[in-house]
Amino acid sequence: MKVSNARVCVLRIEGTNCEEESYLSFKRLGAKPEKVHLKQLTRTDVTSDEKRSLADYQILVLPGGFSSGDYVRAGAIFAARMKSRLSRDLVEFVRAGKPVLGICNGFQILVETGLLPAMSGIMTEVPEAVLSTNDSARFECRPTLLKKVNRGSCAFTTKIPSDKISAIPSAHAEGKLTFPVDRAKRVVKELADNDQLVFKYVDPEGDIAGYPWCPNGSTENIAGICNREGNVFGLMPHPERVFFRYTHPDWTRNPDGAGDGRAVFESVLDYVSKKL
Amino acid sequence: MAVVEVRITLKKGVADPEGKNTLKALELLGFEGVREVRSVKVFEIETDGETEETERSVEEMCRKLLANPVIHNYTIRIK
Repeated sequence: MKVSNARVCVLRIEGTNCEEESYLSFKRLGAKPEKVHLKQLTRTDVTSDEKRSLADYQILVLPGGFSSGDYVRAGAIFAARMKSRLSRDLVEFVRAGKPVLGICNGFQILVETGLLPAMSGIMTEVPEAVLSTNDSARFECRPTLLKKVNRGSCAFTTKIPSDKISAIPSAHAEGKLTFPVDRAKRVVKELADNDQLVFKYVDPEGDIAGYPWCPNGSTENIAGICNREGNVFGLMPHPERVFFRYTHPDWTRNPDGAGDGRAVFESVLDYVSKKL
Repeated sequence: MAVVEVRITLKKGVADPEGKNTLKALELLGFEGVREVRSVKVFEIETDGETEETERSVEEMCRKLLANPVIHNYTIRIK
C-alpha cells in the first residue's frame, strides 16, 4: 500500500497527551493520520458522521498521557474500556498484521489490555506484565538513551542501525516493566528468544547501566517490547517528541540530521508500504 | 444493598517504592521504631446484590480491572 493512503488512527480519551505530536509525525511523512476519540470507535454518544471503524485504518497509535487520571493503575481504565467494546476489532487488526504503537501511557495500555507481551496468542485475557512505579517513586522526566536490541522482528525499528544510541525523552512515573517475580528470568529469556525485546536503556557508551541512565529500574533495563510478530510495539520513551533535531537538548552542538525519534515512524510506514 | 471492601496489596517480593519513600520521610520527621511501610489500595464498592453472587461479581471486577495479577493480591470482604 502507498504511504499516502495509509490511514493512522491516533486514539485518545480524556487525559491523553502528545496526540498532536504523534499525529504530526505521521502527517509530515506523508501518511493520513486522524485523531480519533475512543467513543468514535465504540460508537457511543457520537453523531453518525463522527462514527469510525477501526478496520478502516492501517495503523493504530495509543499516545502518551495520563488517561482517566491514571486511576486504578496507569492505562488500566483505557484498557478496560477498549476491551469491553473493541476486543474483537483489536484482535482482527493485529491478526491482519496491521501495526499498533503504544507510547508511554500507550505502552501501559497495551500491557494492561494483554496485547503485549502476548507471548501466547494475540491478546491475553489477563495482563502478563505490568508497568509499575519507578524505583525512585518519582516522575522521571529527561532525555534517555536507548539501544536497539531487536534482531529484526519489530516493524517499528527496521530503519534504526543496531549500533545507534538514540536519545529519546522519557516522562513517566510508572515505567518499570515487571514480570511475575517467580518466573521473571524465564519470561525475559523467552522474550529474547522470540525477538520481542526492542529497546534497552543504556549509558552514553551503550552499556547497560543503572539509575539515572535507566529511569525506572525496569527489568533488565527494558524500555520497549513487541509481540511475536513484531507488529505491536510499546515503549516508555517518547519518539514523537524528537522528530526534529532541534527538539534534542544538544541540538546547537549537533544541528544536523533528523531527530532520533523520526526513524520509528519511517520504519513503520516502510512496513506498511511493503506488507499491507 | 451490600458494601464490599476490596483490598489490593503488592505480592511478596514486588518492590514498593511508595512504601519505602514514605518510610524514609517518616524517619526524616523523627518517628522512631518504624520498621516497614507498605502501600495498600482499598476500594469500597456499593452493590445491589447480596452474598455469594456479589462476591463472585467482585472477584471478576478484581480480575478484569482492580488488580493486576502480576504484582497484586486482593482480598474481598463484604461489610
